[in-house]
Amino acid sequence: MALATRTERSPSLIGFVWHSTVGKKAVMAVTGLVMLAYLVAHMLGNLKIFFGAGEFNAYAHWLRTLGGPVLHHEWFLWIVRAVLAASVVLHGVAAYQLSRRDLAARPARYERRRARTSYATRTMRWGGVVLGLFLVWHLLDLTTLTVNPNAQQGHPYENLVASFGRWYVNVVYIVAMLALGLHIRHGFWSAAQTLGANSPRRDRAFKATADGLAALLTLGFVAVPIGVMTGIVS
Amino acid sequence: MKLTLRIWRQRDADSAGAMTTYEVDGISEDMSFLEMLDHLNEELILAGDEPVAFDHDCREGICGACGMVINGQAHGPERTTTCQLHMRHFRDGDVIDVEPWRAAAFPVVKDLVVDRSAFDRIIGAGGYVSVPTGAAPEAHATPVPKEAADLAFEHAECIGCGACVAACPNGSAMLFTSAKVVHLNVLPQGAPERESRVLGMVSAMDEQGFGGCTNTGECAVACPKGIPLSAIGTMNREYLRASVKRR
Amino acid sequence: MTEYTRYRTGDPVADTKAPDGPIAERWDRRRFEAKLVNPANRRKHTVIVVGTGLAGGSAGATLAEQGYRVVQFCYQDSPRRAHSIAAQGGINAAKNYRNDGDSIQRLFYDTVKGGDFRARESNVHRLAQVSVEIIDQCVAQGVPFAREYGGLLDTRSFGGVQVSRTFYARGQTGQQLLLGAYQALSRQIAAGTVEMHPRTEMLDLIVVDGRARGIVARDLVTGAVGTYFADAVVLASGGYGNVFHLSTNAKNSNATAVWRAHRRGAYFANPCFTQIHPTCIPRSGDHQSKLTLMSESLRNDGRIWVPKAKGDTRAPADIPEDERDYYLERIYPSFGNLVPRDIASRAAKNVCDEGRGVGPGGQGVYLDFADAIRRMGRAAVEAKYGNLFEMYERITAEDPYEVPMRIYPAIHYTMGGLWVDYDLQTTIPGLFAIGEANFSDHGANRLGASALMQGLADGYFVLPSTINDYLARHPHDEVPAGHPAVAEAVAEVTGRLERLLAVDGDRTPDSFHRELGELLWDECGMARSDAGLRKALGRIPELRAEFWRRVKVPGSGEELNQSLEKANRIVDYLELAELMCLDALHRTESCGGHFREESQTPDGEAARRDEEFAYAAAWEFTGTGTAPVLHKEDLRFEYVHPTQRSYA
Repeated sequence: MALATRTERSPSLIGFVWHSTVGKKAVMAVTGLVMLAYLVAHMLGNLKIFFGAGEFNAYAHWLRTLGGPVLHHEWFLWIVRAVLAASVVLHGVAAYQLSRRDLAARPARYERRRARTSYATRTMRWGGVVLGLFLVWHLLDLTTLTVNPNAQQGHPYENLVASFGRWYVNVVYIVAMLALGLHIRHGFWSAAQTLGANSPRRDRAFKATADGLAALLTLGFVAVPIGVMTGIVS
Repeated sequence: MKLTLRIWRQRDADSAGAMTTYEVDGISEDMSFLEMLDHLNEELILAGDEPVAFDHDCREGICGACGMVINGQAHGPERTTTCQLHMRHFRDGDVIDVEPWRAAAFPVVKDLVVDRSAFDRIIGAGGYVSVPTGAAPEAHATPVPKEAADLAFEHAECIGCGACVAACPNGSAMLFTSAKVVHLNVLPQGAPERESRVLGMVSAMDEQGFGGCTNTGECAVACPKGIPLSAIGTMNREYLRASVKRR
Repeated sequence: MTEYTRYRTGDPVADTKAPDGPIAERWDRRRFEAKLVNPANRRKHTVIVVGTGLAGGSAGATLAEQGYRVVQFCYQDSPRRAHSIAAQGGINAAKNYRNDGDSIQRLFYDTVKGGDFRARESNVHRLAQVSVEIIDQCVAQGVPFAREYGGLLDTRSFGGVQVSRTFYARGQTGQQLLLGAYQALSRQIAAGTVEMHPRTEMLDLIVVDGRARGIVARDLVTGAVGTYFADAVVLASGGYGNVFHLSTNAKNSNATAVWRAHRRGAYFANPCFTQIHPTCIPRSGDHQSKLTLMSESLRNDGRIWVPKAKGDTRAPADIPEDERDYYLERIYPSFGNLVPRDIASRAAKNVCDEGRGVGPGGQGVYLDFADAIRRMGRAAVEAKYGNLFEMYERITAEDPYEVPMRIYPAIHYTMGGLWVDYDLQTTIPGLFAIGEANFSDHGANRLGASALMQGLADGYFVLPSTINDYLARHPHDEVPAGHPAVAEAVAEVTGRLERLLAVDGDRTPDSFHRELGELLWDECGMARSDAGLRKALGRIPELRAEFWRRVKVPGSGEELNQSLEKANRIVDYLELAELMCLDALHRTESCGGHFREESQTPDGEAARRDEEFAYAAAWEFTGTGTAPVLHKEDLRFEYVHPTQRSYA
């Protein structure tokens, strides 16, 4: 009865988790949820646009003072930005690595393929890429103001209205938000499954929550360009 | 019935393969899909051609040997194994595509035969309870709640056919692996090795070249034994728990 | 009279290993008297195990746990697929958890009686003793047996017994037990103590200086024929039911390993003892490639009937109660639908022969659940038999909740096999046979849920104890390189494969198998007669000659060639079938699964003739088509007095 004892594994939990497909997927789930939480706050903040320039700009200013006096001016924002940047990078790198692995694991296609999965599920990969590209443009437009037609520091309301004054920006934005909705619809439920929070009993609740979050965020974000286009916001 | 079959023919692991078309006639709707292939093979032999190689054995849906992708679906249009799929689910004149399981971890051996030994290596990495013969306590020493026993059974039904891998767009073995993890981890007998089992099996699964799970659910739809998708969620939880606890 | 039937009776054969004394102490005494191998020396010994079913899988795992080096083979692509996996109903054990009067003694008694007094008492008693340990072992492995709400194991009753001692895992008990053994084996494979060769088929036995020292096996993927050496060889290759072509066995289950061992000198015992299972799905046409069993457990709640009138073609629902004949309940009131398999099968044949069979060709009887559904409710029936009903519906496209099932007997199990002594050793020293491959424990008829018990008893507990004695008593030496016996075995295997490929005739291998199977089913199936058996014995050599003249095997031997595999197995069936018929011809009594039309009671029951036939017939091979030599092992019944079985 000579069975070898199990060999010691790598000491670091993070390194260990990162090296398995299940662990990497868990990283994607956690970072996805972080970004999702941020998006909910972001979307709610956006809706302040409907209360006029004064309130919206004051809100933007308040964000920079949040956490004070413990935190220095804008520190809170930079912490949020750092967490988000790390999440985006980890989410993206993990997705890239897992996708490469997945594609290698299934090198040949079938002659005939019946897709039995939802559209949201099938578009996760390309949807993610679209969202990544959108994010770059979105930051250049409304954070760094590099491509913003108004580009006035400290006047987010005016910058936003100027940006959404262009029809193609609205199209890009709305398409991106639809992609976001689809991504969340599969992503949220998928995260629950990946983190092992799901169970047959909770499955329906998680799916419903995923649908609700997807709809809420898409509608909430899309409301702003529509508001600008229809002149409610000007 | 008269059918047109387009079947993947591949001489051996190193050769290139191609879809080849055959016409078969005189197919009865009571035939199983494999009996239909038997019929074709008998004709091929008499015509001096090589019959189509395919794995099969019990022909009653339990050994897990058979399996082919029929019209893009693992085991065909019904939720069952290929041997239990009957021709009454097809219509006269149908064109049927028959392909082997496709996954990097399941290389084609010949025609529709693939090498699924990667599954055995996953089981060898922890899919057991270490109880040498003779070391067992009296069977009633540990009562097992009926719910746990039933849950274990539901997951132990896996026949290791590989349809889950074949159906998964990522060639992932998560459903197979998780079925065994759940079966043994919900039982008190499996508890002492609860952590090492899931950690060992997941890393074996990764080493064998299977893809990861993107929660498409294709595996559970294809599974002839109805192993639920929730097994994967449970395995994920077990894995994360074990990762944290492992030291 | 063909030359083959002029067999000679040689010296009797006897088991020399079972100790004398009280039967309940024999197993303990044998284990104590057997020599042991020092744990440090075990790793120097290699044991070959052929087959990975319940017997082989459990034996391989256990021998490796004990420290032996195991080299194991299976023709399937994974050891998990051995045909034990298809066993449905359950496994017997004398646990007496029900407090219903069960005991080791009763299981022993039931098995000897159920086997119609043609089994060796010592072996059967040991089987009953070991049965309780099997359940413990399997539960500890995580086998998910059915449980009650209190968390304790559930049991059910099975044909031929009046206690509830059958442990089960829904209708998939064999699967769950096999996976338990497979997992234990996988653990050893991963640990490097078992060298596993899947997709590798044993094609001959290597006997050196009178001892079994290895096998010749073919890699089914590359076609390479290789030799493997060991200190002992264990055959766990299952039964030979596939000789009938249509059976409930897996398509690739075959007799080659045991038949090749027989050709090398191992006696083959009681080949005519084949079991016909009463509850299989009837065949639907000539395309049929195998038959599917419906678990015998269905007889617990289903009622078997046929119309009283001949040729009644009404739908079952249209036949009123008083025009139905529940013939098992009528003829055998105390056991009713739960009579042993041989009796249930023959009764079904009788009513069909009378012209009262149902379904296409009149080859079927009803197994009706209407009463059970009324009594227990559909949900309860579904919980108990759901997967079987589903399987039935899938195959027949009929809903058994609405329409009674149609069933008919089919070949299911073979009680005969290689003759073994109490240590499970064949007449070739160093060659052991376990599970269905041997002849030992079931006599002329096996009780339901006893095959799993025997396979696991042999593999987990019996062989791992007895093989030590052989290994300890024999020198541990290498087979000399280039020994002529090795070259001869390889040459015979390769020569035979080349001959098969060279015939290039005009008939497929399967067509011969089908023809042989039909012949055997007609003449050596549920009822056998002198005339029929002689007819078969005349036809088989002709068929064999025709096979070698007309078979067509495409492809080459250096590749995966399933036609070649099949043809190679049929060669052995064509020889084995002849021995089965001869054995059936010589045994002019009826017993268990062997029913001779000439030997029946006035009311048509089997009439056993103990004065002449209370022996196991062990046949010695003398050459293809030449008369074998019969060696009798007299059976002594000290504890269970033979009586005419009565289930009335």
